Amino acid sequence: MGEEIKVLKVREEKKTEVRKHIIIVRAQHNFGVLTRITSLFAGRGYNIESLSVGKTNEPNVARITIVVNGDERIIEQIIKQLRKLIETLRVRDITNQPHIERELALIKVHAGTDSERNEIMRLVDIFRARIVDVYTDTYTIEITGDTEKIGAFIDLIRPFGLKDIARTGIVAITRESATRKLSYKEQQTD
Amino acid sequence: MPKKRGADIVIDVLLEEGVDTVFGLPGGAIMEVYDALFDAPLKNILARHEQAASHMADGYARATGKVGVVLATSGPGATNLVTGIATAYMDSVPMVAITGQVPTHYIGTDAFQEADVVGITRPITKHNFLVTDIKDLALILRQAFYIARTGRPGPVLVDIPKDITQQVYDYKIPTEKDVEASLPGYKPHYEGNPSQIKKAAELIRKAKRPVLYVGGGAVLSGASEEIKELVELTRIPLTTTNMAKGIFDEEHPLALHMLGMHGTYYANMSVYYSDLLIAVGARFDDRVTGKIQEFAPEAKIIHIDIDPASISKNITVDVPIVGDVKLVLQKLIKELKKKPIEWVKAREQWIKQIEKWKEKHPLTYQKSDKIIKPQYVIEEIYRATKGEAIITAGVGQHQMWAAMFYKYKFPRQFLNSGGLGTMGYGFPAAVGAKLGKPDKKVIAIEGDGSFIMNVQDLITAVQYRIPVIIALINNSFLGMVRQWQQLFYDSRYSSVCLATQPDFVKLAESFGAVGLRATKPSEVSKVINEALKVNDRPVLIDFVVDREENVLPMVPAGKSYREMILSPKEKGEAETMYLVG
Ligand SMILES: Cc1ncc(C[n+]2csc(CCOP(=O)(O)OP(=O)(O)O)c2C)c(N)n1
Ligand SMILES: [Mg+2]
Repeated sequence: MGEEIKVLKVREEKKTEVRKHIIIVRAQHNFGVLTRITSLFAGRGYNIESLSVGKTNEPNVARITIVVNGDERIIEQIIKQLRKLIETLRVRDITNQPHIERELALIKVHAGTDSERNEIMRLVDIFRARIVDVYTDTYTIEITGDTEKIGAFIDLIRPFGLKDIARTGIVAITRESATRKLSYKEQQTD
Repeated sequence: MPKKRGADIVIDVLLEEGVDTVFGLPGGAIMEVYDALFDAPLKNILARHEQAASHMADGYARATGKVGVVLATSGPGATNLVTGIATAYMDSVPMVAITGQVPTHYIGTDAFQEADVVGITRPITKHNFLVTDIKDLALILRQAFYIARTGRPGPVLVDIPKDITQQVYDYKIPTEKDVEASLPGYKPHYEGNPSQIKKAAELIRKAKRPVLYVGGGAVLSGASEEIKELVELTRIPLTTTNMAKGIFDEEHPLALHMLGMHGTYYANMSVYYSDLLIAVGARFDDRVTGKIQEFAPEAKIIHIDIDPASISKNITVDVPIVGDVKLVLQKLIKELKKKPIEWVKAREQWIKQIEKWKEKHPLTYQKSDKIIKPQYVIEEIYRATKGEAIITAGVGQHQMWAAMFYKYKFPRQFLNSGGLGTMGYGFPAAVGAKLGKPDKKVIAIEGDGSFIMNVQDLITAVQYRIPVIIALINNSFLGMVRQWQQLFYDSRYSSVCLATQPDFVKLAESFGAVGLRATKPSEVSKVINEALKVNDRPVLIDFVVDREENVLPMVPAGKSYREMILSPKEKGEAETMYLVG
């Protein structure tokens, strides 16, 4: 008999938590590219919280901000697969980087009496929102900010009678000071 | 360039890409392309079912390493390709599927034979395209070939509306440079990270019980020379998945053969007790790992793969190296050679231990001289072909026996649907392989259930005088399902009996093929040799085998290697092993 080999160990996999992720994708703006991107989330039963698409400084390049709740490990896997798509140019999870988030909402609220109008105007003022349309019994308010701010505003305005809300979903961008600290390489591969 | 029809542009690109054979079946939406094919300098194989055509293109691609090309019409033609495309996708087979689509102005109107083929095939292709403008046609086709064959290969589909194949356009064939420039987001990573390669070399030097676990990626990257050099330099024993059979001579003493669910005892024990696992172009499929928590629980893992998404997907690895297997192995070998390699001597004890395991439980089966054992048929085919034939397989028990009892020695020798497990794959793939490698004997080891799923294309092989041999392992059962029912469902044989079946000899003859049969062990080698003499048409041999033979060893799905069933009575090993002194 020689050396004993005991195998008692069990492979441990890191436990990961479910939380909100903000993913930025730059992609060639071809038809179908959004479907390819979103189906990677749908295929795992993940519901995208918000998604916004816009043009960029480069021709035919779209910038897509995706907000999704998910398990760290699975999100990591989705990101690898996003990078694998032929039409994506750069994919980053900026959740842990200093960044700025903004969302815009257009809110129609019932504003019948004078006192209601006054109170709404006061809230609009405090939140630095704007009234962009007025009708006999309705105000339409425009507000920008991060998700919490908009959420708080909607909660306060709700008792007056919400008629409709249109939200853009988050757009996000990293703080320049943070990106400068990363080396060029890290920027390429992050 | 003169003005050309869209359909002629398609042919031009095929020729530019060096395509010599295409497979398919025409219909309304792709008639223009077939018209252009009529006098094109290409071998055009008319299959009888688009699924078979897609497996032919796949078999051609797997046997040659070139891109397989399949054509189909819109709607049902394209949907019939789906299984073949998914099969190729799961096993990273380079393929371009060209489908006709209804004319542009009819798209989205539920037109006759319209289906959203780009939508249907999105999750089963590496990429796909709908051509909306003839100006893009040549570039898209070139991109399709480029994407299919580079990086981690895979199928790419190009859907071309009929009006675009008919329009005339003054065009130039885009160069490879144009193609690369047009795909700014597609940059496969070929070079491994040098510091990771250094780390890997250090782990290899220190390991006492290392094992190489090699998968299909090594075949795709053409790394068999490098694998051989690495094994001989480091004396690390090697196990392969069924996708990598033949990458390394299976008669070599350090070959452990296949691992996983139907892996050998010695391969699975070696992996289980290893302290270093070097995964090369493999992806830790659940059929390989079994219960993931107990897969090589002591081992550090090095994972070399071209696809970053494969790494740490199912199992967290210690040293990931993203890159082309061949290039990375070359660098790894160089790195290992930088320091003296006397550490290799420390391996001998481990190798001795593995030899003990090999002696204790070799791959074997209960022999019989009364009834044909399926394993015996495979062994006889091996002997008769001197291990030189290309073997394809359907899916089921016969596939596993073909993997276990034929000893492979060159890459691209064993073609089977590993990832998707597609019954009906084996025979049409053999037809494609034979067209790609006409100098090789090609034998489809088929199940009675699998073969009948694409039986119609026997006529294709007859029409083009393609001399492939179909070795039908006829157990009158959907045998693999029956085995699971026997082992895990109290022998309740639900919907697995195929006792009602055609007379396969007459069936072959009615197609114009040769039909042979063996019902006794003594007849087996005779019919094989007879079949090997035929060279102008396909041969079907009906081997009437032991109906209830099981594939063993077996690790039940989701179980640990320790729970391996070795024979109807024996289970795997206890928890403690001793390295033999
Ligand atoms: C298209 C398809 N349908 C169903 C299955 C499930 N399946 C796996 S093995 C098997 C039995 C195959 O029977 P046969 O071809 O006769 O091979 P045997 O196991 O008897 O050797 C079946 C039904 C499959 N793999 N593919
Ligand atoms: Mg069968």
